[in-house]
Amino acid sequence: MAHRDHTLRWLALASFLLVVIACFVPGWLLNQMLFASARGLAVLGLLVLWRAGLVSLGGALFFGLGAYSVALLQRMAGITDALLLLALAAGISGLSGFVLGFLLRRYRGIFFAMMNLAFSMILYGAAVKNRALGSTDGFGVAQPSFFGITFAEPADAKLALFAVLVVAGYAVMCCVHWYWKSTLGWLGAAVRDNEIRVEYLGYSVERVIHVKYTLSAVLGGLGGAFLAMGLGQVDPDSMINWVASGEMLFVMILSGSASVAAPFVGSFLFELLRTYALEVAPLAWQFIIGATLVLLILFAPNGVWSIFARLFGRAAAR
Amino acid sequence: METAIAVLLDGLTFSSYLFIVSLGLTIIFGVMKVLNLAHGGFYAWGAYSAAFLIGRAANAGWPDWSGFVIIFASALAVGIVMGLVIELGILRFLHDREEALVVLATFGILLMLEDGIMAVFGTDPFFAHQPMSALGHVDIGGIARDVYGLTMIALAFAVAVLAWLAFKRTRYGKLLSAVIYDREIALAFGIDVRRLFVLTFVAGAALGALGGAYVAPTTSVVPGLGMEVIVVSFAVVVIGGMGSIPGALVGALIVGLVRALAVHKFPELELFVIYAVMALVLIFRKEGLFAPAKPRRI
Repeated sequence: MAHRDHTLRWLALASFLLVVIACFVPGWLLNQMLFASARGLAVLGLLVLWRAGLVSLGGALFFGLGAYSVALLQRMAGITDALLLLALAAGISGLSGFVLGFLLRRYRGIFFAMMNLAFSMILYGAAVKNRALGSTDGFGVAQPSFFGITFAEPADAKLALFAVLVVAGYAVMCCVHWYWKSTLGWLGAAVRDNEIRVEYLGYSVERVIHVKYTLSAVLGGLGGAFLAMGLGQVDPDSMINWVASGEMLFVMILSGSASVAAPFVGSFLFELLRTYALEVAPLAWQFIIGATLVLLILFAPNGVWSIFARLFGRAAAR
Repeated sequence: METAIAVLLDGLTFSSYLFIVSLGLTIIFGVMKVLNLAHGGFYAWGAYSAAFLIGRAANAGWPDWSGFVIIFASALAVGIVMGLVIELGILRFLHDREEALVVLATFGILLMLEDGIMAVFGTDPFFAHQPMSALGHVDIGGIARDVYGLTMIALAFAVAVLAWLAFKRTRYGKLLSAVIYDREIALAFGIDVRRLFVLTFVAGAALGALGGAYVAPTTSVVPGLGMEVIVVSFAVVVIGGMGSIPGALVGALIVGLVRALAVHKFPELELFVIYAVMALVLIFRKEGLFAPAKPRRI
């Protein structure tokens, strides 16, 4: 084989470097990296669907489900171990995704988006109107322990959480990368192109979509779980409301679908963009985000990387 | 009995403005196949400009009924200005893009419109009760109701009849029906589809703004109100079938009455129930109640 896929090796190196860098950066930047990577996981989940041409306007459904699972498991069941919480949260939202998938796999286009919107708003309504869940304020999440160790310094706990996040992120990227290279993964693009031909080839379109939907639910739940622990708080407006879903789609467009690492980079860019926009123009940060989104769609619908690719492509052609 | 009347009247009032807003959303979707999230922005701009001008007029000593003139004038102005700017400035370049990308572009526009409001009108709430107090109250079945809410029902009825007449009895209506049915064939017959797009978008935007402007006197106008209304109008349009005018009417009635019932009987289910109904309808009618039949693409 002349052409070998080195993606995973590069990703491993990048992940390792990321953890090393995280040891030396100031607290606020570590927070940004933590939040960005957590959202990145969920965005990667949306990207899996997008490759099959499906857009969910309710990406925050599983994100919120993961976050609230962590918070509730901790409060009700007294589970403090981070890994156990993460696994349970991912399992709960994955299972919900699997069950909902039987229904959702029948829908395409706008109706798929709307059906997801409906379910995410049902969860939002339940969280907002439920006093035990803290209504619109949400409630706090205590600092978790890692393998039985509880860190005295919150900063150390953050770092440990980030390390876990990077390892989990790497594992997820490997899985998704491998999945995209598999027949089932390639079928996504085929479904997007022409479903009927896929059926003629003997594959079940609904089953392909069901697998993707469940995968994206697991990723969304995992992202939400990490964010709940990183933020130390869950609330419905920033985690389940449809605007949160819209933001995730924005990050997806910003990242482009070129690589499994793109959502993480895009998510970090988004986090920086939001922080600076908030600082420069506290009343107009949404305007800046909105304008960026419109410009991206007008001029670089395949993500920011496509701009570079086009520039380099042109240089090479000369 | 009193609760039943209250639920019915509250529901109808709520349905009325939902219908006006959703009608705009559904004709834009029907003609242009654009799911327009920015519609919430038109609603909010309509509400703000009406509330702002009504307040100014009251300070200048204008009579209270002038509020009604202001409501319609500001809705029309918002519709024309924003409709033209957004259609000609942004959406025109996206007509051949993927549906999902266009939805996201309108999400970006919505964010811009929301912050634009804060830049122009500030963050303080506006109150514009003058038209409402001008009409006073009536007694219906032992409950005092404000007449203004009842005029909203009348307005929605008038809008429905006008929309029906416009579609069935005018030349433009027939051209639009042709475009809704099949854009390419309409184009082949020499219909200027681009011009119809602009016309539709402006009309739809004006309807969204009218909904907001007419609601403004009944509530405090605060930032973020467009974000709330747009998802509920989505529910309406999806329940009725995207692009269908009778669908918008039926969807608005269902959502309005169900929500009013929830508010009176089970307040904790208020938000929940709208989307539960929407999901239920989609489960049994995959594309909404009045969705037009579509050919399968091979």
